Amino acid sequence: MDLKLKALTKSIWVFHAATSPCNNCDIEILDLLTPRHDVERLGIVLVGSVRQADALLVTGVPNYKTKERLKKLYAQAPKPCLVAAIGGCACGRIIFQESYNSPCAVDEIIPVDVYIPGCPPKPEAMIAGIAKLIKKVRGEK
Amino acid sequence: MLKLFFQYLIFPGFLFSACVGLIAGWIDRKVSARIQWRVGPPWYQNFVDIVKLLGKETIVPEGAKLTFLFSPFLGLLSLILVATILGLNMYSAPAGFSGDIIVILYLLTVPALAVIMGASSSRNPLASIGASREMKLVLGYELPFILAVIAVIIRSEGAIKIGSVLGHQINAGSNLASWSGALAFLVAIICMQAKLGLVPFDMSEAEQEIMGGAFIEYSGLPLAIFKLTKAILLYTMPLFLISLFWGEGLSILALTGKYIAILVIIILIKNTNPRLRIDQALRFFWGPVTILAVIAVVLALFGI
Repeated sequence: MDLKLKALTKSIWVFHAATSPCNNCDIEILDLLTPRHDVERLGIVLVGSVRQADALLVTGVPNYKTKERLKKLYAQAPKPCLVAAIGGCACGRIIFQESYNSPCAVDEIIPVDVYIPGCPPKPEAMIAGIAKLIKKVRGEK
Repeated sequence: MLKLFFQYLIFPGFLFSACVGLIAGWIDRKVSARIQWRVGPPWYQNFVDIVKLLGKETIVPEGAKLTFLFSPFLGLLSLILVATILGLNMYSAPAGFSGDIIVILYLLTVPALAVIMGASSSRNPLASIGASREMKLVLGYELPFILAVIAVIIRSEGAIKIGSVLGHQINAGSNLASWSGALAFLVAIICMQAKLGLVPFDMSEAEQEIMGGAFIEYSGLPLAIFKLTKAILLYTMPLFLISLFWGEGLSILALTGKYIAILVIIILIKNTNPRLRIDQALRFFWGPVTILAVIAVVLALFGI
């Protein structure tokens, strides 16, 4: 396991990509970043620019407009870049599967590394998902 | 020649100052976390951040020129020079040259110029807003900062040499113990906060409004260099202030204690203030702070 990936797992800077969510998951993500859960102890910091991001937190079902934006965002992020789909919509489109304005799920646009289901998922569930993501990157079981 | 390279690259230059600065940055993050009732990151967090950034892809925006990649190094190289000059004066027998205070004052503005250059060459509208704010901030804080340094120079009988300023303080007591010195120190602390780009003067990289501002297009290696520059600045500026105002008794233990005291002042200012608008900051620096600095210079002329 090389130093590059090891350093990446110790300091994940996240960028919040909202692709037309209902705002519920976004509020839970903000909860995750509050002092109560304190993800900075794991090295996780919210950054403003996608150029500095190591992980995209994608929420919501992509529609025709945000689909293109999400593609662009992923292309703009420096690799290696991880993607976490947060909430039921981003994981599998749940009730919007037959909807006229949802052409595809998130993982049909960009490669998703970890799925965190829930409507909305609790901050604890997101921390558990990130722990799984770190294990996956390190190649552990 | 080899000795010069050693001094520039290892001690007291690049390696030493970067390590101290990164650990000081961790103290900043940890104390902020404790103030907000959190646990905070482990001590090696800033080192890991730098290593991670070195391993990431570097993206150069379309149409950006060589200045985009060149400017972070410009800031870092000039700052290492400041750290070396200061360190040689502080840790061993005074080894400066006449006029090194002026050289340091010039070199300390180069990191801000590097941020402006890099931001303006990155072809991003938000970055250019960040650059323009940084420019106005430089215009704001340079005047009172130089006045504060002039007050010190007057107090040490016109010596523009770090060694002589230190020598004067060893003979006649710290500048901080006099009225003019204390006022100038207050002014210098405020200007240092702006030079470090910390709250309440972090409007050039305001994450909430302009998304990282000047650094919005930076990724990978150049961003790591900018982070290192900030870390070394966090080591150099308090050291410069100690040498100018608090130069009495510079054993290793006393120096560490003084450094940590100034660091605590920085962290407390950072955690108890909201961000100012750029016009408020400019009015603040050209109004009350400059008046305080002028009073300090006048008091120094009367020898109080």
